[in-house]
Amino acid sequence: MPITRDEVAHLARLSRLALSDAELDHLAPQLDQIIAAVAQVQEVAADGIPPTTHATGLTNVFRDDEPAPCLTPEQALAGAPAVELQRFKVPRILVEE
Amino acid sequence: MNELIKMSAADLSAAVTAGDVSAVEVTAAHLERIDAVDGRVHAFLHVSAEDALSQARAVDQARAAGEPLGPLAGVPVAVKDLFTTVGAPTTCGSKILEGWYPPYESTVTGRLRAAGAILIGKTNMDEFAMGSSTENSGYGPSHNPWDLDRVPGGSSGGSAAAVAAYEAPLALGTDTGGSIRQPASVCGIVGTKPTYGGSSRYGVVAFASSLDTPGPFARNVLDTALLHEVMSGHDPFDSTSIDAPVPAVVAAARNGDVSGMRIGVVTDLSGAGYQPGVMNRFTETVELLESLGAKVTELSCPHFKYALPAYYLIAPSECSSNLARFDGMRFGLRTGSGSAEEVMAQTRAAGFGTEVKRRIMLGTHALSSGYYDAYYGKAQQVRTLIIQDFDAAFSQVDVLVSPVTPTTAFRLGERADDPMAMYLADLCTIPTNLAGNAAISVPCGLADEDGMPVGLHVMAPPLADDRLYRVAAAVETAFTGRLGHPLLTESKGLDA
Repeated sequence: MPITRDEVAHLARLSRLALSDAELDHLAPQLDQIIAAVAQVQEVAADGIPPTTHATGLTNVFRDDEPAPCLTPEQALAGAPAVELQRFKVPRILVEE
Repeated sequence: MNELIKMSAADLSAAVTAGDVSAVEVTAAHLERIDAVDGRVHAFLHVSAEDALSQARAVDQARAAGEPLGPLAGVPVAVKDLFTTVGAPTTCGSKILEGWYPPYESTVTGRLRAAGAILIGKTNMDEFAMGSSTENSGYGPSHNPWDLDRVPGGSSGGSAAAVAAYEAPLALGTDTGGSIRQPASVCGIVGTKPTYGGSSRYGVVAFASSLDTPGPFARNVLDTALLHEVMSGHDPFDSTSIDAPVPAVVAAARNGDVSGMRIGVVTDLSGAGYQPGVMNRFTETVELLESLGAKVTELSCPHFKYALPAYYLIAPSECSSNLARFDGMRFGLRTGSGSAEEVMAQTRAAGFGTEVKRRIMLGTHALSSGYYDAYYGKAQQVRTLIIQDFDAAFSQVDVLVSPVTPTTAFRLGERADDPMAMYLADLCTIPTNLAGNAAISVPCGLADEDGMPVGLHVMAPPLADDRLYRVAAAVETAFTGRLGHPLLTESKGLDA
């Protein structure tokens, strides 16, 4: 099923990518071509075949819940774009409707 | 050329341990080489000159104090720029992480430091390990030391180029769909993708978590095994790490006996699209293995032809989730104005390159409601069928062989804006990642058409990594004997 430029613009919004019109024009036909190629998996007869999410077969790897050394607040905040009062400072999250 | 930079890691560490040469001299020789050639190769994004010399002084002081030295004492290692390293930036080849200094050390680099290795610098890569040429790096491509107009492969192309250019005897890479084996093949060196879970992903910036596997590069098989052994083993910090002994890879690399070994040629990995020179070297090498006593049979893995499409659903799906963390809030680039969500979208648009955007959107599409069963769900079933193909094959043979990649190194720019053509570079390597097996690329000659290196791909079952090194050592010994010198010494791209 071909993918339209509008659908690619929708995917960009879902992906939180503020793409320019030029980028959408460039990427839309490429994504259409890639999706057509990967859709080949639909030819495979796989009824009743279980999915593999992970190759090792490991499940539920737990450790004991014990205190251990961890990053200091200064280390954790060292790469932050903005910091205030020993916290990550971010742009406003709530937007007036 | 300073003799120290041509030495193997095994010989360097022996010489440092014996006191024949100091770790500082070894490190200085490699820094000098980087200074001399990296302007043309561009293998490195960051060279830790001062820090490397201080690591080397610590090794020399430990020796002077009579302390025991690690197995890689004084050996410089180039590190793909997605392993977190305290004291050196980690960019993943992306502008979104430009200038970021990680607050903690990856398990693998921590183990190398403990083994006495010198972390000499961080190497170039396709952004977030997405690519087969390093052309997707946000900082410009690396160049193949055999021919500077050609790509070094990717995504770990900087690491492969650094080793092939004698800038470091060892390097670290990661392999998600072929990102160690394909660059090793096209640069004429050795590279291994260990069994998934055999080497820790802790501190490795995630691309596709169910596939990402850290592994070694070196100029010869024994050095590759030495690095493989040091970097591997169970890590409680990685929940997918396998709690089992490291396969005896070093012993296997020293052995190299393939007599009686059952080797299967995968007939599905040949035919249209494979360069004649690649197939000629492959066929000759299979005949060579047979002459050394291996029992060679041909067999088919019928679902391998669906590995590439399944991979380009699974890997982008995982990447669209993993790369959601780059939101401009806690680390890395922040740009734009407005609400947090608007800043996030502007930051990601400015910080990610084209291929990363393509894959995030492809993964978002594959995981969308209404498409999930037809794409991601189906790809996961195909993954099971590929594992079943491997199981059936390994019930008949000990290892499988194929070319590593259908062509030799292509020219810079040739596939840069043709994603499907670029993806074909990983045609032979992807099945191993989907199954979680181990595989190696070992040089097996030069293609007739272009004189560029060709690699033999050997695949083994999970936790049978040692079998790879037996085959690779046999091939290396036979070729070096026939040529009278290692293949890499025929590279004239840098030192004509």
